[in-house]
Amino acid sequence: MHELGLMQACLTLACDQARLHGARRIEGITLRVGDLSGAVPEALELAFEVVSPGTVAEGARFLVERVAVICRCAACASDFYPSDVVFECPSCGRLSAEVRQGRELELTNLEVS
Amino acid sequence: MCRDCGCSPAVHDERASLPGEEHRVHDQPDPDRAARTIDLHLSLLAKNDHRATHNREHFRRAGVLALNLLSSPGSGKTRLLERTLVDLAGRLRMGVVVGDLQTDNDARRLRGRGAEVVPITTGNVCHLEAGMVHRACHALDLDALDVLFIENVGNLVCPAAFDLGEAARVVLLSTAEGEDKPQKYPEAFKSAQLVLITKMDMAEAAGFDLAAALDNVRTVAPQATMLEISARSGAGLTDWYAWLLERAGMRTLNKSAEVALH
Repeated sequence: MHELGLMQACLTLACDQARLHGARRIEGITLRVGDLSGAVPEALELAFEVVSPGTVAEGARFLVERVAVICRCAACASDFYPSDVVFECPSCGRLSAEVRQGRELELTNLEVS
Repeated sequence: MCRDCGCSPAVHDERASLPGEEHRVHDQPDPDRAARTIDLHLSLLAKNDHRATHNREHFRRAGVLALNLLSSPGSGKTRLLERTLVDLAGRLRMGVVVGDLQTDNDARRLRGRGAEVVPITTGNVCHLEAGMVHRACHALDLDALDVLFIENVGNLVCPAAFDLGEAARVVLLSTAEGEDKPQKYPEAFKSAQLVLITKMDMAEAAGFDLAAALDNVRTVAPQATMLEISARSGAGLTDWYAWLLERAGMRTLNKSAEVALH
């Protein structure tokens, strides 16, 4: 994936929101990144360090919360954490294609002053 | 703003549609103000998702079956379209949008087969995005099409994350590649409605383990229909055409029903 482009989009969003809320500086940025989103948290952090200088987010704390994949087994009517890329229900062994969480790529909140 | 298709500015003003608007405050910034947290929950792909929704609506209103073709470079997307455009010329009205970083070679190969072909040269962008497809569609008369093939940039990584507004995703895996592609690129395969095993005419020469490949697709992407084809020999194409005709037929029926209602 291209975390640089994603972080540029993220920074634009963050700076716009900070301005809308009358904030002067962004002190912290929190993202939620799903394990199935295709984005790599470490690469996002590196990209943030590249794009944030000179903006109101320069020097801000950068936090990525990883979101684990949770699947739903239609047969068991229950959720489970898949152990790998094969989404096999641990109870009945059926394969699931229903992902309840794990695709997120979200700017969750900003800490501003 | 999209003047060509008459979209209103409000539809395209992503800022106006951001959920964070309701948190707006009107006081002036206070230098002594303590840090405070603003909850946002904004998708980083919101802009693309918004445009993809827009595309999807356009396709629906025009009664067009839009398909997003993904694969590694060289898996046979263009070759399959070359064959399909000719074989179904009398039965389906088809259009193609084809993306590549450089050259319009694929578009050139596809022209002269009875379909409008619009190239997208991305420069160095490794995937197609909804906005690019939207602009390319300005060069097409969607109302005159039954099927729009969107041939994505050859890449099994990035295209998976970008909704183009398609009705279905078709992922190609050739017998010249490894049987474990599904495990290596789960996001792409898990997003597919149809997986085509291509170049079946060279399976033996390539030492391709078809059973293993099908099992890998089935376990990583249980939601996908699987077909084995060869654009060169014609093997399996009947099933591919049947899949297309069935889905294109459903679109036309829905559109006719909608027109009849009004």
